[in-house]
Amino acid sequence: MADDLKELKIELSKNGIFTTTLEEVYNWGRKNSVWPLTFGLACCAIEMIATTMARYDLARFGAEVFRPSPRQADLIIVSGTVTKKMAPQVVRLYNQMPEPKYVIAMGACAISGGPFRDGYNVLKGIDRYIPVDVHIPGCPPRPEALIHAFMTLQKKIEEQSLNGADRPRHLHADLPSEFPVPAFGAHGLEPAQNTEVFLAEQGNPLQGNPLKVIQ
Amino acid sequence: MTLPPIEDIQAQIVAGVPGSRVTVLPNGSPSAQHSLLLDHEHARAVAEFLRNDPNLRLDYCSLVTGVDWPDTETTEKVKVKKLVAGPDGSEQEQEVEETRKTKVPGYLEAVYHLFSMEKKHGPVVLRMRTANRTDGTHLPSLTAVWRSAEFQEREAFDLYGIIFDGHPDLRRILMWDGFVDHPMRKDYVPPADDILVTGVNP
Repeated sequence: MADDLKELKIELSKNGIFTTTLEEVYNWGRKNSVWPLTFGLACCAIEMIATTMARYDLARFGAEVFRPSPRQADLIIVSGTVTKKMAPQVVRLYNQMPEPKYVIAMGACAISGGPFRDGYNVLKGIDRYIPVDVHIPGCPPRPEALIHAFMTLQKKIEEQSLNGADRPRHLHADLPSEFPVPAFGAHGLEPAQNTEVFLAEQGNPLQGNPLKVIQ
Repeated sequence: MTLPPIEDIQAQIVAGVPGSRVTVLPNGSPSAQHSLLLDHEHARAVAEFLRNDPNLRLDYCSLVTGVDWPDTETTEKVKVKKLVAGPDGSEQEQEVEETRKTKVPGYLEAVYHLFSMEKKHGPVVLRMRTANRTDGTHLPSLTAVWRSAEFQEREAFDLYGIIFDGHPDLRRILMWDGFVDHPMRKDYVPPADDILVTGVNP
């Protein structure tokens, strides 16, 4: 929203008049009821479970309803080591989720392979195949870190505009909402990464991981 | 109950299974967990003997794993007498140092740890070795004797490439079916999919 409109809004609210925009109400509703997928891969999942329990209580942020079906989920928390044998299933679950959908890569393994990076069967980060919105470092990250990532995602949802050139991916008709599922090859996954996602530049609506890459 | 010394077990096996060749492989470490090397032809009979013998009753196979022993090359310097052309052109006999390389072929090894639930003793460690690491990687399966060996022999097949003859269902268990490598072998090279270079982030 433009700055002069914001000032006008503040001015009106000082005089007892409440104004809002459709975009604000829409995003406010979305960010406060993000339903994650019931999905865990390794020890990070234990921290994710702890986050939803009474002590850390993710329900305060409207995300307590973990859905057992990707068709009802808005968010996939990739919590733990993604093995190459599991990676196609993770991508397939993501593909089955309806738009708008978000990804949190939780922990060192999910963002880069972590301590198992040099292993023969560990994917070096799930952002090779699907666009990740928030990365959480840590091994495993504490529940506070997951909550922080969740709040970061809420902020991101709140700031998404419904129109204009910088609108998010799910409002671009020509951008994909599904990504190719890697196949089991003779020596590893084929392809080793989806270059459209993995090598996306900063500012690209695919929201890829902007890292300098040597090819 | 404690187990008899490994030499006694070896003697019992040789007496109980005629024709079997069992070697004691001593373990020099403080644990002194010596093992028995079995020959392929009698391995199944020896395993049945160890399971059924009333004094041993090794009825539980707790572990099967593989070990990769790659080809080794030793170099030694040897002095050899040879005809060498001298400075004036005539040939003279001289002592010359030569380096000789001897290649010792490697092999794959399967290790079985046996315990007895009934007698409360163990472990007895069995080993079997393949002929080489390339085309002769066959070993007899002991799954028929100890059912718990089934998945672990599959794992040794998957990760080391040991082919267990007589296994009821020898498929890969950890890697997918189309995978061709054996990742736990010492000469395994993982695919070069690590294209990130650290320390150059903007």
